[in-house]
Amino acid sequence: MILVLSELYNGKLKKVAHETAAYAGKMGETVAIAFGNANAGELEKLGGYGITKVIHIADPKLNNLFSKAYTKIITQTADKIGADTIVLSHDSTGKAIAPRIAVKMGATLFPGVNGLPENNILRKAVFSGKAFADLEMTGGKTVITLTPNSYKAISDGKTAGVEVQNADIQDSDFDYTIVSVEEEGGGHVPLPEAEIVVSGGRGLKGPENWGMIEDLANVLGAATACSRPVADIGWRPHHEHVGQTGITIKPTLYVAIGISGAIQHLAGVNQSKVIVVINKDPEAPFFKAADYGIVGDAFDVVPKLTEAIKKIKA
Amino acid sequence: MKLLVCISKAPDTTTKIAFTENNTKFNETGVQFIINPYDEWYALVRALELKESLGGTVTVINVGKSDSEQIIRKALALGADDAIRIDAEPKDAMQVASAISNYAKDKNFDIILTGKETIDYNGGIVGGMIAELLDLPYVALASKLDVDGSNLKIERELEGVKETVSLATPCVISAQKGMAEARIPNMRGILASKSKPVTVIEDNTQPKVIVKNFALPPAKTGCKMIDPENVEQLADLLHNEAKVI
Repeated sequence: MILVLSELYNGKLKKVAHETAAYAGKMGETVAIAFGNANAGELEKLGGYGITKVIHIADPKLNNLFSKAYTKIITQTADKIGADTIVLSHDSTGKAIAPRIAVKMGATLFPGVNGLPENNILRKAVFSGKAFADLEMTGGKTVITLTPNSYKAISDGKTAGVEVQNADIQDSDFDYTIVSVEEEGGGHVPLPEAEIVVSGGRGLKGPENWGMIEDLANVLGAATACSRPVADIGWRPHHEHVGQTGITIKPTLYVAIGISGAIQHLAGVNQSKVIVVINKDPEAPFFKAADYGIVGDAFDVVPKLTEAIKKIKA
Repeated sequence: MKLLVCISKAPDTTTKIAFTENNTKFNETGVQFIINPYDEWYALVRALELKESLGGTVTVINVGKSDSEQIIRKALALGADDAIRIDAEPKDAMQVASAISNYAKDKNFDIILTGKETIDYNGGIVGGMIAELLDLPYVALASKLDVDGSNLKIERELEGVKETVSLATPCVISAQKGMAEARIPNMRGILASKSKPVTVIEDNTQPKVIVKNFALPPAKTGCKMIDPENVEQLADLLHNEAKVI
């Protein structure tokens, strides 16, 4: 039996909740667990991925991530239903609780895998996306965290039964307090979950020129990102920095504008399905890692591209 | 404050990755090793800043063989007071976390800091495992860490959300970009590092995860160049050929 954590945000299933449910449902008989407030009918949707039952711990205190409380409830539930495999997303929640769950259950943890096991092998990206490692599943209890954007969730439209349960938790299981919560990125798709990412580098010459990046991102429904120098000089916030020491992403489309493509940057983005590079320097190393390229002035090319995509979308 | 910073040895960020022995081993030939950037730039530097403003000690701990000596000396040159090296080949997160926990359990550290992940294995799980092994609160992916009276005030980055968290010590924190700025050791630090104590201890915890082999991503087959005077063609190719928009 598999237990999957279905993450909610503002009452709705996150994109990664669909992905992990579909992944776990494909592996075998799966029960889902969700914490905090959920909109009516939202959790039933998990049935579309072969989930047989959803356990809903509706305590509003669990709307925020509490690593100890989450760990306790998940391990207790796994015990109760006889689950020997736990599936989570390799996102901020999974990273905070999967290691705790693995220790508590005496399980082996496979962090950040890219797909389903094949012949008892799980593949994950290593060296920050420069390579892959094939990890051997040797039996026993297992915790898996799935890299966002690695598994396509396709629902068959069925619904699952939802069972509201109380959790056996005490105040001491909430071992920190959350003082404030601030939305970042103006309500755009979070970078690791984005299907399309538009990214700018030093070639844009200054933060005042990001309007055209945002315009292009808006027509594409994309998230915005940047290279490390741009975050370091403060043109853009740190949480937009993609690359070896920032965030690793794997969108279907990555558009790099005014980024030369240093090896550290490529490491963070080279798992993208399609890469477009716009750079005025024909020698920019990024072209070697790209699928489509334009050698030209971003200030001229990007607005034209935005207009052309608007026409296609119209 | 008594601070413990976990540091890992990682290949320099410019390293081209290659494998040997039938793709089962990372080819270390010519590779420059560094302190894992998240451990050094954020966890260690912030720990040193807290020590400088509030007093206390910073101990660094590494699980590694004698070839870790160089990165340990660098941490000491940056300002750490002493170092522990657990003499074992680090193979997986559980082994590393167990070894560090076995050492730290009776030492009364106020904060145990790790980087958010290593840039070679990219697991991001050692901190959480230490927290569970020692039954301590754990805040992952912290981008800011301040001492606020008797409590710590931490900012953490979740997807699209920044949360401010308050908690008491002792605790475990994983650090990422934003927490501090990288430093360069000065000559005085480098000289002082030579006489700082490095204690080597044993630990026999065995790894659980076995890497069967490595693989490199398939190379791109070539970049289709589009005339800058014909940008519409790019939009068309993305729509009709790549089918990504």
